[in-house]
Amino acid sequence: MADPKQTPLHALHLSLGAKMVPFAGYDMPVQYPLGVMKEHLHTRAKAGLFDVSHMGQVIVKGASFEAAASGLEALVPVDILGLGENRQRYGFFTNDAGGIEDDLMFANRGDHLFVVVNAACKAADIAHMKSALGPDLTVTEITDRALIALQGPSAEAALSSFDGRAAEMRFMDVATLSLNGVEVWVSRSGYTGEDGYEISVPNDAVEDVAKALLAHPDVEAIGLGARDSLRLEGGLCLYGHDIDASTTPVEGALNWAIQKVRRTGGDRAGDFPGAEKILDQMANGAQRKRVGLSPEGRAPMREGVELFASEDATAPIGQITSGGFGPTVGEPVAMGYVTTEHASIGTTVYGELRGKRQPLTVAKMPFTPANFKR
Amino acid sequence: MKYTEEHEWLRADGDVYVVGITTHATEQLGDLVFVELPDVGDTVSKGDEIVVIESVKAASDILAPIDGEITAVNEALVEDPSLANSDATGAGWFFKIKASDASQLDETMDEAAYNAMIA
Repeated sequence: MADPKQTPLHALHLSLGAKMVPFAGYDMPVQYPLGVMKEHLHTRAKAGLFDVSHMGQVIVKGASFEAAASGLEALVPVDILGLGENRQRYGFFTNDAGGIEDDLMFANRGDHLFVVVNAACKAADIAHMKSALGPDLTVTEITDRALIALQGPSAEAALSSFDGRAAEMRFMDVATLSLNGVEVWVSRSGYTGEDGYEISVPNDAVEDVAKALLAHPDVEAIGLGARDSLRLEGGLCLYGHDIDASTTPVEGALNWAIQKVRRTGGDRAGDFPGAEKILDQMANGAQRKRVGLSPEGRAPMREGVELFASEDATAPIGQITSGGFGPTVGEPVAMGYVTTEHASIGTTVYGELRGKRQPLTVAKMPFTPANFKR
Repeated sequence: MKYTEEHEWLRADGDVYVVGITTHATEQLGDLVFVELPDVGDTVSKGDEIVVIESVKAASDILAPIDGEITAVNEALVEDPSLANSDATGAGWFFKIKASDASQLDETMDEAAYNAMIA
């Protein structure tokens, strides 16, 4: 395999004492000297700065926003045409079997769509868009910009100390702001369950911008380890684990992301890959569902643990897709798939851990209250 | 203090040995969130998996460093696994073991040898 790629913040990570690991083809900081637990708690208490430059940033452009939106709607079961200017929305690329090829964020930036996709999927996503969107739309990967996330209750104060307009943004608003004299593309969103921002910054300016944000007394650098435990407590899916090409949006409990206009009876119902399967599941239910799971006791149950309906049942009813210790809730948390009859909140299921069946309760997600600025 | 290749330390305490994992090991593991200890009175053999620890990152097994009988376990560590991170060689001890074959201690390392191994 080729040497891992480096983000424009690689040297800063090393100078901050980060422990680096290969992730999705990049050499990324998994933790800093603070450690995963304290980084997690600091983000929920104050603010954390994350390097997410490994993610793909893409501009989809046509003769108008409507042209780009209409084109992309053919690939995702989500309302893009109805997205207001300077607003962002969550979605996913589906396949003909109704499975999820990747999840993404897209924003209406006036005359174009700005799309952010997962690092591990970005080459496939870009190829998919280029081949499917036709000659009237251009699909351009933005390689001259880094992406950072500033997350936590102090994020607003930290970012608005550079540009006061940051405080006026609501959850899922996007704006072009000025940070340290540099034009940055900002959305009020993130992957922690906290209020915060995701900020696209030119490569050659991002180290200075990151240092300026880290100079704020409430801001600490946070690695991928805490990013994972934060998003898990937030009930947010990790692509390739909690959702993948074999799970549909309905199985993944993502119905909320499919707006009425794309559902049966809507003005633009269907006309996306896997529509027949997905719309049928929306009407009639699916065999299995992604749920939150609270293991009893203190032992974390991680990805791959098989789930059973009872202590002695032989056939599994599902498995854990993400699990670990939740530093904010102070106990283990997990999510996974179970058959629909076991998916109601409060149901007890059993996970097999080190040869012993241990009870878990199907739990409401998020595990920690979302602190978005609606 | 004696050390094993598995990053455990052993400290003589009367006729038993107090056992824990080294500061180096806890730094590598990250924050501990779960510890499962053996029962007092268990008879164990060197190499048995007798302790399960989980950090924020992963689960690991801790092996019995010598043959013997477990005479005490650190219940405070079960309540607060972070003691192993904050005080690995003190309050973060795991268990006490009465050696049944003291000659097995000859196979452990002194501090200089351990430090050379992890350097």
